[in-house]
This record gives sequence, C-alpha cells and structure tokens, in this order.
Amino acid sequence: MINPQSLNSGVFPNWCSGCGDFTIFASIKNSLVKLDMPIEKHFFVFGIGCHGHMVNFMKAYGFEGLHGRPLPVAEGAKLANRDLNVVVVSGDGDAYGEGMSHFMHIMRRNFDITLIVHNNMVYGLTIGQASPTADCGFRSRSTPEGLIEHPVNPIALAIAGGATFVARGFAGDPAHLTNLIMEGINHRGFSLIDVFQPCVTFNSVNTYQWFRERIYKLEEKGHNPADKIEAMKRALEPDKLPIGVFYREQAKQYEEQTPTQKSIVKEPIETDISELLQSMR
Amino acid sequence: MKTQWKIGGEAGFGIMTAGQIFSKACTRGGLNCFGYTEYPSLIRGGHNTYQTTVSEDPVGGPMRMVDVLVALNKETVTLHSEELSEGAAIIYDPDKVQIRPDEAAKAILVPVTFSKIALETAGQELMSNNVALGASIAVYDYEIDLLLSVIKDQFRGKGAEVVSKNLAAARAGYDYVRQKLPGPYKAKLVKTKKAPNMLMSGNEAVGAGAIAAGCKFYAGYPMTPTSSLLHFMAANERKYRLVVKQAEDEISVINMAIGAGFAGARSMVATSGGGFCLMTEGYGLAGMTETPVVIVMGMRGGPSTGLPTWTEQADLKFLLNAAHGEFPRIVLTPGDMEELFYSTMKAFNLAEKYQTPVIIITDKHMAESHASLGRLDAKAIPIERGELASENTAGYKRYKITDSGVSPRALPGQPGNIFVANSDEHDETGISTEDSGMRIGMMNKRMRKLQHAAKEIDGALLLGPKRADITLVGWGSTKGAISDAMRLLEAEGIKANHLYITAASPFPAEAVGKALKPRKPKLMVELNFSGQMASVIREKTGVEIKNRLLKYDGRPFYPEEICAEVKKVLGR
Repeated sequence: MINPQSLNSGVFPNWCSGCGDFTIFASIKNSLVKLDMPIEKHFFVFGIGCHGHMVNFMKAYGFEGLHGRPLPVAEGAKLANRDLNVVVVSGDGDAYGEGMSHFMHIMRRNFDITLIVHNNMVYGLTIGQASPTADCGFRSRSTPEGLIEHPVNPIALAIAGGATFVARGFAGDPAHLTNLIMEGINHRGFSLIDVFQPCVTFNSVNTYQWFRERIYKLEEKGHNPADKIEAMKRALEPDKLPIGVFYREQAKQYEEQTPTQKSIVKEPIETDISELLQSMR
Repeated sequence: MKTQWKIGGEAGFGIMTAGQIFSKACTRGGLNCFGYTEYPSLIRGGHNTYQTTVSEDPVGGPMRMVDVLVALNKETVTLHSEELSEGAAIIYDPDKVQIRPDEAAKAILVPVTFSKIALETAGQELMSNNVALGASIAVYDYEIDLLLSVIKDQFRGKGAEVVSKNLAAARAGYDYVRQKLPGPYKAKLVKTKKAPNMLMSGNEAVGAGAIAAGCKFYAGYPMTPTSSLLHFMAANERKYRLVVKQAEDEISVINMAIGAGFAGARSMVATSGGGFCLMTEGYGLAGMTETPVVIVMGMRGGPSTGLPTWTEQADLKFLLNAAHGEFPRIVLTPGDMEELFYSTMKAFNLAEKYQTPVIIITDKHMAESHASLGRLDAKAIPIERGELASENTAGYKRYKITDSGVSPRALPGQPGNIFVANSDEHDETGISTEDSGMRIGMMNKRMRKLQHAAKEIDGALLLGPKRADITLVGWGSTKGAISDAMRLLEAEGIKANHLYITAASPFPAEAVGKALKPRKPKLMVELNFSGQMASVIREKTGVEIKNRLLKYDGRPFYPEEICAEVKKVLGR
C-alpha cells in the first residue's frame, strides 16, 4: 500500500518557504496514492533545476540526469521496459530551453510518458535569470533593462507538435493538479502537464496573486478537449491563462509499435548468431 | 601471390556493390582479401573507387600497386595510372573511354564494350559493372561460378528477373574476354581447398558482436562512417528482438541509451567525432550514475566536418579526456574486423561488470572496409552481467562503497530495492551530497573500478619476432598495414616486430614500457598530425619515441610507405 508518507525519502525538501514546488510534489504523491500501483512500477526521471531536487525527497525509482535531457533518458527506459510508468519531472528552462528539441520530438512519437513541467518563468537554481517562458520586458539579473524576446508558449507548441494529452495546472490549486497528473498518467500516450509554479524568491512579477487574477478553469467554460482548433484558440488567448485539459486524443503509442512483442529487458539475452554469420559467406 | 584489383567510376555507378561482389567471389574461393573504398561526400558524381587486395596469405589492407584496373570512366585512368604495376591490365569500355599510349605505357589494355554488352544481354546500361566483373574474373583466370553465386545471392531479394539479367551481363563480360582477349595476363587467382571465408565490414563485425553479446537497445543518428552500423542493426531488429531508435540528435542518442541501460537492457550507440562531441556530457552522466553503455566511435578526418568520408586516428586524446571531471574511462582500440567482433562482445561485459561506459574506437578504414574472416566463435566470450541485486535486498544501497568499487545493481521495476541515481555527487543511497568525506569516498570507489578492469584487459601485444631490428608501434587500424609491411620487410631480410596497443584506457603502461627497450630502434606509426599515441606513451611510461611516421591526408597507410620509412630509420 502506498500512502503519502511512504513516498517521502526522509530528506526534507529544501525549497524556499512558499515555493510552488511543495504543492507539485504533494500533488504527485497524492496522485500516486490514488493510482495505487505497486511503487516499484513507477520510474521518475528528473532534469536539473529546483524541481530536480525532488529526486532526493521522493522514495520511488528515480534518475536525475542532465539539464535539458530527462526526456531521452525516459524514452530509453520506456523502450527497454514498457511496464514501467515513466514520469518526467522537469522545469521551464530544462524542458523548453536546453531540452526544447527533445520536447518537440517526444510529442511526435507518442510514448506513454507523462511530462510535468514546473513553469515559474525564471531560473531559480542559478539565482534569477529570464527563462524561456518569461514575459517580454521581464527584468532579471541577466536582463536588467527588460527581456527583448517573447515567451515560448508550451501549450500551443504541444497541440501543434502532436501531443495527445495537453494540460496545465497551477501550484496554487493542488486538488485540481492532482487530478490532472492522474489523468496524464492514465492517458495512454504522451502527456504534457505544464504547471504554473510561482517562484517566491526570484520572480516578483508572476506571483500567486498574479496567476489567480488571470487563470480560469477550462472545464468550467464548457471547453471540449477533443476539439483541436478550439484547444489552440484557448492556448493563444492573450490576457487570460486557462488551466485544465486543453486537448486529448487517443492514438497508438510508440513503444507498442516496435517489432518486439514484449519489453526487451524480458527477452533472453543469449543470442545465437550462426545464421547471421552464415549469411556473410 | 598477392594481387590488387581496383574499380573506379562516378558515384551512382554501383562501384561499392561491384567491389563487394568481387571481394566476396574471392572469399568464397577460400582466399583472403581486404576491400577498401574511397569516395567523396556526395551522392552523385565525383570519383569513387573500391580496391580488393587478395592473397592466399593473410591480407592486412590495401597496397599501392594495382594489377587489374577497371575504369568505368576516363578519370579512373588519369588518377590511378601511376599505381599500375608492370604489366597490369586496364579493363575499360572503348566506346566511353579513350586511353592515350603514354597513360598506360606499362599496362595491357583490355577493351570490353561494357555498355553495349550490358544493353544486348540485360537491356540496361546500368548492368555495365556486372560486365566489368565478369571480364575481371576472366582476366584473373578465376572461377566464374563463384562470381555468379555471389551475384545470385546479392540480388535474390529483387526477384528472378533481376537476378537473371545480372547473371547474363556478368557471364557475357567473362565470355567476351575469354573469346576475344584471352591474354595471357600477369595476375591469376586460384581457388583454394579451404572452406569459404566470411566477408565483413568493420561495422558489420561490431553489429554481429553486439547482437551475439545480447545487445537489445541501439540508438543512433546517421553519421559517416558508422551509418551502416545503424542500418545493420535496424535490418536485424525484428529477427533478433532488439529496439533500434534513430533519435533527433546525438545528445538524445546517448541519453536514450543511458535510460535503456539503466532499465537493464544492454545498450549501444555509434557515432563519429562530431557526434561524440555532442555526447560528451552524457558520457560523463553514464560515468557518474554508473550506468553501463557501449559507445562505438568511428573516427574520420577532423576537425569539424573535416574529411567526412576519409580515415584518421586524430580523436584519441579527445576520447581519453572527453567529458568534464574524472570517472573510470574504458577505451578499447581494436585493429581489425575479428578484433572488432570480440572487443564489442567484451565491451558489453566490461560495461556491466564495472558499471561504466565503454568506448570502442574504430575508424573509417575499418568501419567501411571489408575483410575476409575464417571463423568467429561467439561462445569464446561468455556473457557476464556483473553484480546484480536480488529482489527485496534488506537495506539496499545502490552505491555501496565496496573494495572492488562495484556495487550490486538493481533495476527499476524490481520490488524492494528502490533507489535513485543522481548526476550530482551522491551518497551510497543515491541522495545528493556535498560532504567532503562522502565525495572522496565516492570518487575513490568509482576510480577503483578501473584498477580492477585493468586486470582483465590485455592492452598491448608484441606481434612478430621477439628479437627484431626495429619495433613498429601502432594502435587500431594501422595493424593491417604494419603486418603487411612486416611481411615485405622480412622478404628483404629486415626483422621487424609490432608493439600493438589494443586499449588506451586503462593504459597498459607496464607492458608497453617493457617492450620499448632503450637503444632499440622504434618507429611510431599513426594517422594523425601530432603523434597522439606517442604522446600518451610518453606520459604513461616516460619513453619518448622520436621516429614517427605520421599521415593525415585521410588515406590509410600503404605497407610500402612503412617499409620505406623503416629503411630510412635503419639507414639501409
């Protein structure tokens, strides 16, 4: 049996007091409790950033890789053992900056992998620079006169990029986020859950209050997640920030279309190559 | 006798296919051969060649002189006339190529109307190279049935009509020479009583070794000279129940392989220098997380895009130092197709036993050349998976500090052994730490693995006579040219031996130091500008090898060049 305490490693989280990462962590644990799969079936892959410290706090099989590269590690693990529930925990710099190409490519593959992105619009661990999702004009240590670039829109990219489950949550609403994470894990195919996560130390613009003034729940506005065009319109809304499920479709998973019938870790390793050698005569 | 056949023409003429067919016709007659190809980095046009060096004795690689030259275009004659031996034959199409008498003073001309014969017998000019192959067999007075059997197998998948057209064209080329230009010609090929040999490229040898070793995951991004390894693995994916993944870039390739290796599948990637530049951070990640993965590094001319389709040995020092920080780096440097096969099998064992990435260095000269091989025994290298944790190990610690440095490995999905792996420095359970004592303990633990691995890696061999006039020092693919040169030198009364380095890390310092006796003439033979292995030898043993034969024009050594340099060093 999994309970939220059994998912704690015993290392107390060292995030700043009030950080959105606490509720994302709690929401992940709550979703695992509700899903009630054997704990060893879960495999978490973390990137580098404040989010990645979670590798130390959660008691589940985990791998903290390189900045920007958790997705290909997850893909390799899923291709090797498709019985694992593979969840990637990443950040906005990790997934949409350094790892952008992996983000775009995993979506067209539709692996049954869930990607949870801590999106705080700032680099926290490196003490406050503009991230790929920072708004134009954002002032930070690396952009003292204001950011000249425009932000990445991960939801719009995901809808266009072929993701089969695209959602956004808010660290200020853990009950809602828990449900999204459960839906993402239950979804057969690639799921993106972008999570607004206020950084209380380095982002004085995009605060809890700032988000609360702008977000609304898609399900309360009668949004139909099967409608891709409508999902894209919602993703591109200029002033409001919808949360909930933008888009969902059923499609074949990558790992089920490879020539191997079962997970390769379950294939016998002893291999007779005499026929192969004969063909070279 | 030893002879060399060469075919040249534009890209798109089927030069490589023709060359492989000729090589295979030789190996099916029990002969030894080495097939070497040169081509520019483009798809159509440009000058392509394939040369097959054949002998009843072992063949290490190409030589300079050509006995039979097949010229599918004029450029072949112009570019290669100086390579023609006294009395060499030039087989060409007089309707397409005009040869001036001064271009072929020493040669015998064999005009065969390839195009016309191809059109008459097969209805397609494209079959010209089959006509040329048939004509070559006749000039060598070799067995046409061996050629026909190879052609039959080569085109079997394309249907009976294609097979019969190819056969008819080859047969017609053979008959044309027998009837109209019967010779005699200088070089002959004679079938031996030995069983047929295999013909394998370096990439195929690595691929076959990987499959035999139970490699289940292969990721790649196309890059010369290892693209054909990706093709080989993909072609065998279904039959041998592997997963082969072409990823978006080499960063993804190495990280995918780490994910699969971490989950318990034997994993391999292959690339060339540029791709490995992108992999270096992942290489260090595998070292830090103690994840087994095999990396095949096919060198080509660098830096940057460099000489994409040519060979070089200039990545050695890069590979020995790739990625920041220190971790146990195992770097193997096999030197021929047979060694590539066995080294690949062994690399998987080393990667899993010592839980660290293993690099196999190869190069264009091995990866894309073909060599004859007698027998390969996959059972010679039994699969060893190293220490694995059993389920529900009480108080399991993934990174437990042990005397050997190896900690039993658990796999995600296994009940009761939950742990995390961490690219940050970590404690025995995988949790991040910056504690001074733990950092030192973990560094020492990881680095200890290299000392133990060194005991089972024979990194240096002394080939040839124990007492010699000169010791040639080489590593990797120069092995073939050096052994061919030793045979030539022996015929001239010069005794040479070969200190041959098969692992660059852990470096066989003791064996190398012992073999390099002071006051004994030595010659370092390397395909790079600065003598990289000579520099490693000096660093590790204190021995400086002053005589260096270095080459960096993208071409492999010819044995003749090595002989000439040896004579210079010895003052003969």
